[in-house]
Amino acid sequence: MKETQTIEKTDIKTQVTERISGSEAVVRCLLAEGVDILYGYPGGAIMPVYDELYKYQDKIHHVLTRHEQGATHAAQGYARISGKVGVAIATSGPGATNLITGIADAQIDSTPMVCITGQVGSHLLGTDAFQETDIIGISTPVTKWNHQVTKASEIPEVLAKAFYIAKSGRPGPVLIDITKDAQFDEFDFKYEKCTGIRSYIPVPKTNTTALKAAAKLINEAKKPLVVWGQGIILGEAEAEFKAVIEKSGLPSAWTILGASAIPTSHRLNVGMVGMHGNYAPNVLTNECDVLIAIGMRFDDRVTGNLATYAKQAKVIHFEIDPAEIDKNVKTEVAVLGDAKASLKALLPLLNENSHHEWHQKFKDLYKIEVEKVINGDLNPTKEGLTMGEVLKEINNQSKGKAAIVSDVGQHQMIACRYAEFNETKSNITSGGLGTMGFALPAAIGAKMAAPHREVVAIIGDGGYQMTIQELGTIFQTKVPVKIVVLNNDFLGMVRQWQQLFFDKRYASTEIQNPNFITIAEGYYIKAKKVTKREDLAAAVKEMMDAKEAYFLEVSVEKEDNVFPMIPTGASVSDIRLS
Amino acid sequence: MSQEKQLYTVSVYTENNIGLLNRISAIFQRRHINIESINSSVSEIEGVSRFTILVKITEEQMKKIIGQIEKQVEVIKAFYHTDDETIYQESCLFKVKSDLLFNERQIQNIIKDSNARIVTVNKEFFVLEKSGRKSEIELLHRELSIFGILQFTRSGRISVTKEPMEISKMLEAFQQ
Repeated sequence: MKETQTIEKTDIKTQVTERISGSEAVVRCLLAEGVDILYGYPGGAIMPVYDELYKYQDKIHHVLTRHEQGATHAAQGYARISGKVGVAIATSGPGATNLITGIADAQIDSTPMVCITGQVGSHLLGTDAFQETDIIGISTPVTKWNHQVTKASEIPEVLAKAFYIAKSGRPGPVLIDITKDAQFDEFDFKYEKCTGIRSYIPVPKTNTTALKAAAKLINEAKKPLVVWGQGIILGEAEAEFKAVIEKSGLPSAWTILGASAIPTSHRLNVGMVGMHGNYAPNVLTNECDVLIAIGMRFDDRVTGNLATYAKQAKVIHFEIDPAEIDKNVKTEVAVLGDAKASLKALLPLLNENSHHEWHQKFKDLYKIEVEKVINGDLNPTKEGLTMGEVLKEINNQSKGKAAIVSDVGQHQMIACRYAEFNETKSNITSGGLGTMGFALPAAIGAKMAAPHREVVAIIGDGGYQMTIQELGTIFQTKVPVKIVVLNNDFLGMVRQWQQLFFDKRYASTEIQNPNFITIAEGYYIKAKKVTKREDLAAAVKEMMDAKEAYFLEVSVEKEDNVFPMIPTGASVSDIRLS
Repeated sequence: MSQEKQLYTVSVYTENNIGLLNRISAIFQRRHINIESINSSVSEIEGVSRFTILVKITEEQMKKIIGQIEKQVEVIKAFYHTDDETIYQESCLFKVKSDLLFNERQIQNIIKDSNARIVTVNKEFFVLEKSGRKSEIELLHRELSIFGILQFTRSGRISVTKEPMEISKMLEAFQQ
């Protein structure tokens, strides 16, 4: 089944076509898109592409993860720290289905990722062939776009579209499934980047009237509150955002994925909103008169009970995705468009302001949080180590320059609450999907994308074991990631809920752990365990000083809880401090 | 906005692509919304498909779903309309024993009154086609079922809107 396309010579300026196989075309497309690293796992239906990766190994680096899920999270980590498209590759059947968790995670957290899967030969499609699975059907609800290629000649156009769709507008994951015969067949290759698709408007036009209305509301506000999300980071709008809040003196709080867009210590940064966010921004959400949401989507973990969320406030929503407007919270003014452009246009329309009295409220409530929660977390007097003091030590020694990759659970909330960020794209975590097992492989991708940065993975003892096999990837690639496991011998967050809402019936949350040090050492990774407070600083220092990968296990208090907390279904202003 | 459920006709203009039906129906399925009927066909524009979907939901739900449908890369534009804003029809086929046509005089009157059309007749059976509102089709079904229906099938709703739909203009704008 050879393709019989004739060479097109209509435009001499574009490169002359070349007759190559579909599998070589895949690699050439990746190179044309600037991909120099990809994560994956070989198998029958993707072997032709791997054969080409072997030939092109001086130009493109393939990282063999130990499980396809690890490949997707590594690609996510790569994308989150660099802003570039992460690429994962796998074979058909189980290889493809193993990608699904990472794809779903990338979809809900708007991470640009392209996944390439091999598929059985097109003559076998639908016959229950060996390692055949309908990955297009399976991945449809969790991809921004997906497509099955059955002819080699489709490869350049489809891959060009894949990268364009993954990265443009609100980013997301794209899956391209390529049948084995399409990988083998030869055709006349020519690559052109995709610059537009007629049915797809990545960035909606910004309405000037809406922008003016937003500026008017902000200028007239007595008690404005900004809640920003990942849109600032994805839109590379950090400078524009900072200029806007500084000019109008707007207290600004962040969602978990918005963290690090401006430094933690910025005077207008009033902390995190949401279930385990800071006390002041949560309480004052229900007191502000204008709520300015920028690049965030009013997730239920942010809003608590919608019926009592910011009802007194006029809501302005800056957003790139029209489907998010009024989805959860009714807006007074919606400003569609790209955050960078919108905020740049907004700046000259704003009046200078300082909102001194209003800021004082945040400071007063912060004091309460310090007394009731933060002091106990960061400067504990009890015997057991707290997760918070580990974070504090990492902050001290990294001087807030590390990128923190956290997993899911109590340690994640502690990491997001207490990590100090001085650089953008420094908080890499699974926000929307809450994928345990995310951090270890994501840290690998992050460190590879940003080798000059210190990358510290903070992981719980539960999530660590969900992708622990990626220690093999670290060992083989010698990627110098720092791994901190905060071990409380519990699935801590679920245990916390069982304590608070299920009368302490600890159903299947007590976890018997292996010797993590032996396991790390089995992979030839330097490892140390800390059980006492007096050993913590030296151990963290040794880890930070290490030039190679390092594993640090810290035994922390078994039954600590994360506070503040908004119980599910409660109002943000009913946030509990204990 | 009305919190009452009502019938909406959703018209979705899309690129003609495998898998898009899945992508669109999944949006309803996620929210546990039953699709009353769905029809896919070519549209007035070459290469552009048109889905006509009938759902009974609140307007608030409808707006959110339209947003999520339009978000799909290969969807050009989605609209929703109430019955007052559209001209709509359904179509159905009845297969009935031929001897009834001669033995039961009443059947001939039913066919005449209902404006149904006989598609084919042979010794064993005849096939009746009827287009119209759902209620008209249901009436005919009730009347014929007294005599016995061998087979029955009804199509999904198809509809055109009273207002113009400016898809061509949108596509032209992209070309520029």
